[in-house]
Amino acid sequence: MNLLEVEGFSLSFLQYEAGLRRRRLDVITDLDLDVEAGELVAVVGSSGSGKSLLAHALLGVLPSNAIEGGRITYDGQPLDLARREALRGREIALVPQSVAFLDPVTRVGPQAERAAVLAGVGEPPAAVKAAFRRLDLPEETVRRYPHELSGGMARRVLTATATIGAPRLVVADEPTPGLHPEVVTETLQGLRRTADQGAGVVLITHDLLRALEVADRIAVFYAGTTVEVAPVEVFTGDGTELRHPYTRALWGALPEHGFVPLAGAQPPPTDLPPGCLFAPRCPIAVDDCRAARPALRRVDRWKVRCIRA
Amino acid sequence: MSATSGATSDLRGVLVPRAGILGRLTDRRARTLAQIGLGVVALAVVVVAATLVAPSADATNLLARRQPPSLAHPFGTDWLGRDVLARTLVGLRLSLGIATLAASISAVVALALGAAAGALGRRVDAAVSWLIDLNLSLPHLVLMILIAFAAGRGARGLIIAVALTHWPTLTRVLRGEARRVSASDYVAVSERLGKSGWWVARRHLVRHLVPQFSVGLVLLFPHAILHEAGLSFLGFGLSPDAPAIGNILSEAMRYLPAGDWWLALLPGVALLSVVLAVDMVGGNLRALLDPRSVHE
Amino acid sequence: MDLLARRAARLVLLLAGVAVLAFALVEVSPVDPVNAYVGAEVARIGPEQRELIAERFGLNDPPLVRFGLWAGRIVRGDLGTSMIYNAPVADVIAARFRASLLLLGTAWVLSGVLGFTLGLLAAVTRGSLVDRSIRWFAFTLTAAPTFWIGLLLLTTFSVLLGWTPVCCATPIGIDPADATLWQRLHHLLLPAAMLSVVGVAPIVLHTREQAVGILRSDFVTFARAQGERGGGLVRYRLLRNAVVPALLLQFASLSELFGGSILAEQVFSYPGLGQATAAAGLRGDVPLLLGIVLFSAIFVFAGNTLGDVVHGLVDPRVGPLRARRAT
Repeated sequence: MNLLEVEGFSLSFLQYEAGLRRRRLDVITDLDLDVEAGELVAVVGSSGSGKSLLAHALLGVLPSNAIEGGRITYDGQPLDLARREALRGREIALVPQSVAFLDPVTRVGPQAERAAVLAGVGEPPAAVKAAFRRLDLPEETVRRYPHELSGGMARRVLTATATIGAPRLVVADEPTPGLHPEVVTETLQGLRRTADQGAGVVLITHDLLRALEVADRIAVFYAGTTVEVAPVEVFTGDGTELRHPYTRALWGALPEHGFVPLAGAQPPPTDLPPGCLFAPRCPIAVDDCRAARPALRRVDRWKVRCIRA
Repeated sequence: MSATSGATSDLRGVLVPRAGILGRLTDRRARTLAQIGLGVVALAVVVVAATLVAPSADATNLLARRQPPSLAHPFGTDWLGRDVLARTLVGLRLSLGIATLAASISAVVALALGAAAGALGRRVDAAVSWLIDLNLSLPHLVLMILIAFAAGRGARGLIIAVALTHWPTLTRVLRGEARRVSASDYVAVSERLGKSGWWVARRHLVRHLVPQFSVGLVLLFPHAILHEAGLSFLGFGLSPDAPAIGNILSEAMRYLPAGDWWLALLPGVALLSVVLAVDMVGGNLRALLDPRSVHE
Repeated sequence: MDLLARRAARLVLLLAGVAVLAFALVEVSPVDPVNAYVGAEVARIGPEQRELIAERFGLNDPPLVRFGLWAGRIVRGDLGTSMIYNAPVADVIAARFRASLLLLGTAWVLSGVLGFTLGLLAAVTRGSLVDRSIRWFAFTLTAAPTFWIGLLLLTTFSVLLGWTPVCCATPIGIDPADATLWQRLHHLLLPAAMLSVVGVAPIVLHTREQAVGILRSDFVTFARAQGERGGGLVRYRLLRNAVVPALLLQFASLSELFGGSILAEQVFSYPGLGQATAAAGLRGDVPLLLGIVLFSAIFVFAGNTLGDVVHGLVDPRVGPLRARRAT
């Protein structure tokens, strides 16, 4: 059974621009995702496609001008805001992007201890010591301030603080940009271990290649929509097993596969095309594609949003 | 939202809306414009009313001295039997006039210094910075007293004192804008095309600085009015015959211990209302220009 | 220590600039210093008397010479003699500042504590009636003439209710030196209240803005994602972060406080440095005015420097020694 199920999730924001005119940004239009316990699913899309907001949504920390749609289910029950507030820090944890997510005027030890207290962990100081040690952090790290940490150390502190309560669902939001390749490997391996120990892990990233090292399935994200959710095994060779044209294009654009770039750019949330969001750039688009948004077709756990797949 | 998603939006509305969201259902833009209009109208009414009652402001009536507020005299009368409301209105018009001049001079000084600092290179920038530091090194009122002493009594002294004290903040803002513009690409292109510095200034710089300048000017107003009132109150302002609000309140102080509370309360409320009206106009103008200040 | 030397150099440069500016302004003034000194008796003074007075105060020398002489004296600590009080300017300033100190200190602490608390309260209850009331209150206060607030307090508490005295630092009729501490505090009440009330408003608004920014920050988002809420959020994340800008503002507000005391002492006839400043400007007491101008510049500078030091103490990101990064 799925630990987490996201169906047709949408996210919009109301914004004021110059002259106080109001406009609506549809940042996520149709996101589908499912994660089982012990599974690592990577949500892959280019930067700025709104995937980070999914992480904040799951934890219930979106800003107040956000409008949600669709359905999220956790452990078989709907995950509404009240339930998100009850479970966060305990069963559902967020591993954030950068050291900016740590309180700058408090030492990292006490911050992790506070997280432990909130997670209901007994003997927080000991738990923090153990967690830091597990991640190979020197003992005196607990006395450091966030700005005194190197990139790798900050990454490990964030991970330790987030997972100190042994959560069942871990949402890792873009944990790798700007990090040394070895640190990236270490981080991803750590997430794999977390999944292997029984948790469900959602890895939000733009780095398809590295995600393939540790993921069980890949959810491909384009312009606010899930276009394909495929098992990691099909990401091989020249990508012919991939179903969605965008996924194939993504695969082909990687340096290892000929670096074939795709013309055009992702449509902004204020200016989405009426039909399939990828149609303007799609090599196999037909009129039916441009007429209406395709529905998500499912075969087992493989999903594709394309009428030509 | 996708018509084919098939899912209902069970989550919408579960996100508990804070008070603000309900307020946003009425058009923000319309409300902002309305408030600006209201403020401007209120100020115009004050000025017009003052002009109308001006003759009677000085009329003494020794039979009706020191009377508390009544229907005939909504603000009461003072120790010479003069109608306090009329005097207040005339005083407000005077204060508004002085504040307008002072704020305008201040804004122009800020524009000149800010534009120069942002567009004329490192050394001019340093010099302007030093001038700003000098201005800010003294408490506002001390600097104003010094300048008022230097410029002499009367309206001229007041205007100069207030004008030369408030330009630093706006200067910094305009300097920032000017730097951005002068470092931008299209200015470089214009220069490459051989256009003179003056042309560049007029075309690009001015256009970008005008919005901030206008808002800054309006926002300087409240400070100008209040500081002018303070200086007048201390005695640096106009002669007792031409009463700015500060003078009226300063004279009122003599009669307060005797219990004539209306001499101090009501003119002050009037001044407060005028400043609030200016604040309303200024704040809303800034919201129109920079909506980020609106996201509360 | 190099930091200290640089600060001291900045102060000297600043004071030099202020001195030149102040002296130049005084030169431009149309006020005849002899008339200003003599005051009401000006009609009765003959030309020889005027000459004597001019000579005594060195008013006949050319401006540059006078500036040089004055600057030289200043550097040696001689600020001249006050025309109004007929005493050395340095003594007048010292005595009057002592009188104002309690007033300034009380208002500074009160407005800081009250402003900070209300600002935090407003931010934490953002959008609610409490928040809107606090903001409305603070906003209206900033639109009101500060001296008028004092007049209102005077009217209400001294005139109508009779709870506080109408003027001065000590009861009328007795020698100021004989006044008890309670009597002094009694007379201090309203002027301090006025300065506090006036000072609260900008602090409330600034603290609220900072606190709202903090509550929107990434690290608060992470804290909330860990299950932090309400009281815990305030205690563990908001407080420590809000204190930093609040303290900076407190020290920066010393400048406005000094200006405010000029008005407060005028309303309540409180014989402090503020009242002396107004008198010096009104009656053309040039030595005293120049002395006070220099003093106030030092006061503001000291305030800002202290603010920077305190900032370095409470904010671990800013420190006299930059911490080394671990790897």
